[in-house]
Amino acid sequence: MMSRDVIDIKAEASAINTDKMWVIMGPQHPFSHGLWTLKAQLDGEIVTDAEPIIGYLHRGWEKECENRTYPKIIPMADRLCYAASMTYTHLYCMTVEKALGIDIPDKAKYMRIMADEICRIQSHLMWLAAVGTDLGNLTVFLWAMREREFFMDINVRLCGARMTTNFPRIGGVRNDIDEEFMMYTSRCVERFEKAVWDIISLIDDSSIFVSRMKGTGYLTRETCVNLGITGPAMRGNGVDFDIRRDDPYDNYDKVDFEVPVLNDGDSYSRYMVRIEELFQSCKIIKQTLQKIKAIGKNAPYRLKVPSKVPAGRAFARLEDPRGESMMYLVSDGTDKPYRLKVRSPIFVNVSASKPLVQGSRIADVPAIMAMIDMCLGETDR
Amino acid sequence: MAYSSILDWIQFNDVMSNPFYPYQTYNLPFDIGYKLWEIIGGLIAWIINLIFPDNGVSTWLISPEVSNMFALVLFMVIIFAVAFIVTLISLWMERKVLGRIMDRRGTMVGMKGFMQCIADGLKTFMKENVIPRKVDKMTYMWTVSLIIGTSVLIACMIPLSPRWFVVDYGTGLLIIMALFALAPFFILVSGWAQNNKYSLIGGMRAAELMISYEVPMLIMIATTCLLAGSFNINDIVNAQFDTVWFFIPQILGFITFIFCATAEAERVPFDIAEAEAELVEGWQTEYAGMKWGLIMLADYMRGYVSCAMVVIMYLGGWLIPFASAEINGWVPEIVFLLKVWFVFFIMIVLRGALARVRTDQIVNIGWKIFMPLSIVNLAVVLLLKMGGIF
Repeated sequence: MMSRDVIDIKAEASAINTDKMWVIMGPQHPFSHGLWTLKAQLDGEIVTDAEPIIGYLHRGWEKECENRTYPKIIPMADRLCYAASMTYTHLYCMTVEKALGIDIPDKAKYMRIMADEICRIQSHLMWLAAVGTDLGNLTVFLWAMREREFFMDINVRLCGARMTTNFPRIGGVRNDIDEEFMMYTSRCVERFEKAVWDIISLIDDSSIFVSRMKGTGYLTRETCVNLGITGPAMRGNGVDFDIRRDDPYDNYDKVDFEVPVLNDGDSYSRYMVRIEELFQSCKIIKQTLQKIKAIGKNAPYRLKVPSKVPAGRAFARLEDPRGESMMYLVSDGTDKPYRLKVRSPIFVNVSASKPLVQGSRIADVPAIMAMIDMCLGETDR
Repeated sequence: MAYSSILDWIQFNDVMSNPFYPYQTYNLPFDIGYKLWEIIGGLIAWIINLIFPDNGVSTWLISPEVSNMFALVLFMVIIFAVAFIVTLISLWMERKVLGRIMDRRGTMVGMKGFMQCIADGLKTFMKENVIPRKVDKMTYMWTVSLIIGTSVLIACMIPLSPRWFVVDYGTGLLIIMALFALAPFFILVSGWAQNNKYSLIGGMRAAELMISYEVPMLIMIATTCLLAGSFNINDIVNAQFDTVWFFIPQILGFITFIFCATAEAERVPFDIAEAEAELVEGWQTEYAGMKWGLIMLADYMRGYVSCAMVVIMYLGGWLIPFASAEINGWVPEIVFLLKVWFVFFIMIVLRGALARVRTDQIVNIGWKIFMPLSIVNLAVVLLLKMGGIF
């Protein structure tokens, strides 16, 4: 299925001298998942120029954090991205722990990365659903949402909430997990590994789906690095880098997983990387469940931490489902941060929209941008 | 005659014996319309006669000329109502089947979800008639009327059986194709008139879509007509009764034609003119309320006609497999509609399973896949004809 003919889409410049037309796609447009605008200059159907406009969702997140005590920022970090709330909360707690200079219990570390991977699967399924609608098929959307529901249920069993989980805490996690949760989660993951093939075969065995993605949105490896693209979009362009493996945090070095990398640099390879990541996440979840079981029932999962953070600076980064997110904390010794800076992956990735869509057809713009997996909550902050 | 009792006024005459009867053969909907008028007109005439005895109007109302005239009006209503209900059932079927494919229930409003169509119709009917300020108002309204009008016209012109037709014309399929091919032109003009960039691109895409599927489709229609020796729909179906159903000699044409018909009806995977992912709603962007509702209905009517053409050309029309002429004459309309819905079911599954193709891909598919296949199909039929098998 990989060696099908690719219908060449980088169409050559039209011989007819025609006027160019600016089409403002957004902020309320079916293709923009969230609120953002893509101004596209069209020559017939071919995009000759593009410009992303963001900022419709700006709510002063970083400034608001300066007026809140450290624990109160945790639920706010959830709201950075609804599809990947767990990773942002995790990142925030990790940053504060670095500023405090504490090391959290082993069990909490495993629980955090398990929660992260559940969140990654959830986020990738959300992305898969969006890919379905962007390519004009609602079945993929609903099937992906159906699978996502199982992971929502895991979230409910883990911490009581479906999306904004509010689970990690500074110095550990909110609550312990029990036998029933482990059983349910491992069963869910095992089921998912089989069930997701429904969706994958619906997409991969269909030449229409594949031809819509192959050869579109091409970027070279160098451009990709220069633009600062991170995450699955980068790994689909042949850059072999993953913070989980290359700069491990919270016991990622003690679990065994692979980082999928593909060299084609088109939408299809980005799609394949994300699909492979689903399976790797399942692998990690299963391993962490084993490790948590081995640690035992009554092991500590949360430390008592002081409410005031000593003056200084701390920086942490982690592999978000969408790329590399970082937080930089400046503390002045009180119980509120002096400054909290967030580096969101999509804020950087969206800057690549011009080289991505230039030269392709307008029909491909949703499919190409879907592979970036836009999330505006974290971009505009 | 005495004309005293009500039964003297309501008389059931044979419709064929009416000197003004417009057809040569028996026509069932016309007969129903005629009988209906004999009841309604007879009642009116009886009441008038009770009030003003021997006035002349009453006898005029049940005279053959007037009966024929009113029967024609009722006939049109019946033909349209049937086409309308068939379309609504297709719509309901799409919602339910697509729902099951997607692992959900589909519509649940009354009568297994059928009432949702009525609810939607009422809702769009109640909406305000919005006309954007900067559109070319006359073109904007006229084109949409023509799109809906031509679609409804062909939906009504599809014969359901030898006794259920509007006109038994010799050029049958050609007229339907001609009316079918009109809509993309109106879509192009309408997209231009709306003064909206999405609509403009959508209109252009409708034209692009048409040039890619129309030619192979016409070649396949010509092939079928060659095989049957006539353009008349009745003759084509009768030819399939005499030999075999035409999907057996032209299996290539059958498969290709289903895809062409999907493109003709502008359904997924070929709905590039209204690609909602990138063009919001394509050429329908600026149409709201009842206009959009009627466009939606016209879309499904075109879908019904596309399926009906597949059934007529390849699946033996109203014939029951291996049945004698007598059995075929029992309920040909129901058999025909069941086949239409079967083909529509295939289209729904296609919609559930496939993504939308790109504009350059549809042109490629049309000219590099459909076109050679239709020509191979034509060659096969020519060989069969020359070999004397058909």
